[in-house]
Amino acid sequence: MNWVNAVVQGILLGGQYALIACGLSLAFGVMRIVNLAHGDLAICGAYLGLVLSSALGVPVWVTLPLLLPAAFAAGMALQVLLLGRALRHGVLAPVLVTFGLSVMIENLLQVAATSDPRGLNGGALTLASFSIGTLTVSWLFLAAFLTACAVLSGLQLALSRTSWGRQVRAIADDLDTARLVGINVRPVFAVVAGIAVATAALAGVFIGTIGTFDPLAGTSTLIFAFEAVVIGGIGSLAGTLVGGIALGVTQVVVGEVNQAYAVLAVHLLFLAVLVVRPGGLFTGHQPAREVLRWGALG
Amino acid sequence: MRRDVAGSRAARPSPSSPSSPSPPVAVSRWNRTASVFTGACVLAVVFLAVLPYWVGGPAEQPLITLLTFIAMASLWNLLAGFSALTSFGQQAYIGLGAYCLYLVALHGVSPFAGVLLAAAGAAVVSLPVSALVLRLSGGYFAVATLVVAAVFQIAATLSPSVGGTTGVSLPGLAGYGDLLREALTYWVTLAVAIASVAGVYLLVRRTFGLDARAVSSDPVAAASSGVRVRRIRLLAYVLAAGGTGAVGALVALQTLYVEPTSVFSVQYSVDMLFMVLVGGIGTIEGPIIGALLLFALQEWLSADGAWYLVIVGGLAVATTLVAPRGIWGLASERLGWTLLPIGYRVRGQDGPGPP
Amino acid sequence: MTPDPPLLEIAGLDLFYGDFQALFGVSMSVSRGGVTALVGANGAGKTTLLTAIAGARAPARGTVRYAGTDITAAPPHRRISRGIALVPEGRKLFPSLTVQENIQVGAVAAASDAWPLDRIYDTFPMIARRRRQRAATLSGGEQQAVAIARALAAGPALLLLDEISLGLAPRVVEELYQVLHRLRSAGTTLVIVEQDLRRAMEASDHLVCLLEGRVALAAASSELSRDLVVAAYFGQGDA
Repeated sequence: MNWVNAVVQGILLGGQYALIACGLSLAFGVMRIVNLAHGDLAICGAYLGLVLSSALGVPVWVTLPLLLPAAFAAGMALQVLLLGRALRHGVLAPVLVTFGLSVMIENLLQVAATSDPRGLNGGALTLASFSIGTLTVSWLFLAAFLTACAVLSGLQLALSRTSWGRQVRAIADDLDTARLVGINVRPVFAVVAGIAVATAALAGVFIGTIGTFDPLAGTSTLIFAFEAVVIGGIGSLAGTLVGGIALGVTQVVVGEVNQAYAVLAVHLLFLAVLVVRPGGLFTGHQPAREVLRWGALG
Repeated sequence: MRRDVAGSRAARPSPSSPSSPSPPVAVSRWNRTASVFTGACVLAVVFLAVLPYWVGGPAEQPLITLLTFIAMASLWNLLAGFSALTSFGQQAYIGLGAYCLYLVALHGVSPFAGVLLAAAGAAVVSLPVSALVLRLSGGYFAVATLVVAAVFQIAATLSPSVGGTTGVSLPGLAGYGDLLREALTYWVTLAVAIASVAGVYLLVRRTFGLDARAVSSDPVAAASSGVRVRRIRLLAYVLAAGGTGAVGALVALQTLYVEPTSVFSVQYSVDMLFMVLVGGIGTIEGPIIGALLLFALQEWLSADGAWYLVIVGGLAVATTLVAPRGIWGLASERLGWTLLPIGYRVRGQDGPGPP
Repeated sequence: MTPDPPLLEIAGLDLFYGDFQALFGVSMSVSRGGVTALVGANGAGKTTLLTAIAGARAPARGTVRYAGTDITAAPPHRRISRGIALVPEGRKLFPSLTVQENIQVGAVAAASDAWPLDRIYDTFPMIARRRRQRAATLSGGEQQAVAIARALAAGPALLLLDEISLGLAPRVVEELYQVLHRLRSAGTTLVIVEQDLRRAMEASDHLVCLLEGRVALAAASSELSRDLVVAAYFGQGDA
């Protein structure tokens, strides 16, 4: 029973969860939308990777320069055509719309691709691994983790250093005042939605390369992403990484003891955090305060 | 000349005349259409109740499906339509109710009477669950309910005492002949459907209805007006859970088998979403119409499962964006009907106000 | 000799919050370089009128003309780039952003670079020291200064200020009004909503009094006595 190896694998796995979760976190923090189709969009990314890499006969990594912009554009279109309109019908409309969208996507994928599990062609990276003492680390897992860290840091830098980032943070703080001081909110929302879907698609590609995927995998992906966000703290990117790692470590370590209980343990961890520290580990952000204010009302 | 500040707040902009005493304002909660409709409902219930005697088997089966839909939709509407609790995890209680029925039947209770116990069991379990999920709101609440359903499903899969992944068949029905069993199932389903619709209706007509809708539109304002926000949400959640538990027991009665993947399927939530959204969220009549629609859709498209779901999902999305008040919402605006009124109609000096 | 056309012209504005009518046929004009005080009791519609000018709420009827152009349908960011900026009631700073970031955000749709950061910090020395602090940690007076600075960053020709003296000590309010005086000298047109009638009459050359969503009084400040304003304020006497 190699605990150190399990923990390291868990941390690396956590990177993947953080990657799938960061789009969800960003979208909620800025637009107060929980996109229930987020997991399904990640799986769409995996299917798109499958189509492109089969068509071009290359490992899926080569298709990323095509895949990511396409996902970004799809996210923008989703926001402008669907979610933006939904927002005008009240706070709950996007929840209902994205759930319906999730159902549509899963079943359209079933019609188009059947429910057979698929895998992506990761090229040489899939099989390679290296060892440090008792640790065996797969290059793919490490790549996923490092990509997640890079994406999250990149986003964080963009948020703290650029004018665009200031606008995004202002909107997250107070949408109405942000409009009043001259921020044009619609394009910012569209770009944020684009980033959310692009990061989801990237995560989907890793999911598809590391394991298998099928049309119905979106819901469990969404749930894990969501749990990572809540554990880490709604509205915090650093928190999302920590949350993802917490999930990954729990899943792998418990899985070493008894694989059947691994997923249950993750869900129970989430519920426990909800009881003990509902704001997550990195609290104090405005979006977290809004989601949790119900508890404070008598 | 002094201008009375309070008086000038009334509708008329001309400031010259002193304010005259306003004519009495009448508030009504009922109307003639509603009386006619309620009478028709009572007749319909009687008709449905005696159905097994003179039509029997062939009519019962589809009605059982329809009545189950009506119950599910009304209960989900209580959550999402009146209390702003968009739960996509009600299947947790469907499964729980089904397993509860199995357990009580195992201990010798008649499965038909056991439906009540299943409802109670679901309601009891929903209490600690509510302590977790009701901390959240909106989309976060929705996903949390999904997690809870996933946990329940995994727990069932890991419990050999209830059959694990294979599931269990419902005991205690050997003594009933087929005809009698079907009729009893039908009656119990009818009872649960009536209880769900009538229960939600009566509840919403009381202060709960106003409180819940106040909380839905602005919880902070509601709280500062003295509404016990937490209590309202808790009541709605527990009642819906209990009712849905009864529906779960019905499902077990109908299929005679309880198995985790089917009884905890998110499909139930998809159906509930469709029925309430397309039928008319936030009204009593809406979910019933939605149930009829879903039933018709299922009959028509039953062949292709995946396309059927695409259409169901698509219609739900389209309705939210284009006709957020659903079919009944549109119809009642055009016709001016409220068959099962839950609001207050104010007739003042300017004529009838909004319902 | 033809007089200068007014910078801002509002005609027959009706504005609703749902079913509730907040403004009834409000008309007003603001001349370039002037200071207009907008007074009235709570709920009279002063904030509603300012937010309508800033573009946050669309009126049901009526027009808003700025520098001769009809801007009634223009969204806030367009109005800012034309030169109108609002200091909202209650300051409404972005709490998680620093002082400097708050000010920079005000400039995203800027009409001109007449007010770069240096000039802003010179005008508001009290906040220059705190530029890297999060806005939520500042005192009331400093927050108000930042709110005004944020609006100035847009380089506006017309600056709308909503109740800047609320909750502040008189000494602090005095400092802020001195800044306003300097702005006025620099050529900025000001519309100030002010609860303190004395200040309002002193600082302005034109005064408009709202009562329950209607204009009850509009005249040059020099022609008004305090009693006249109070009468219009409370709806007493000949209106």
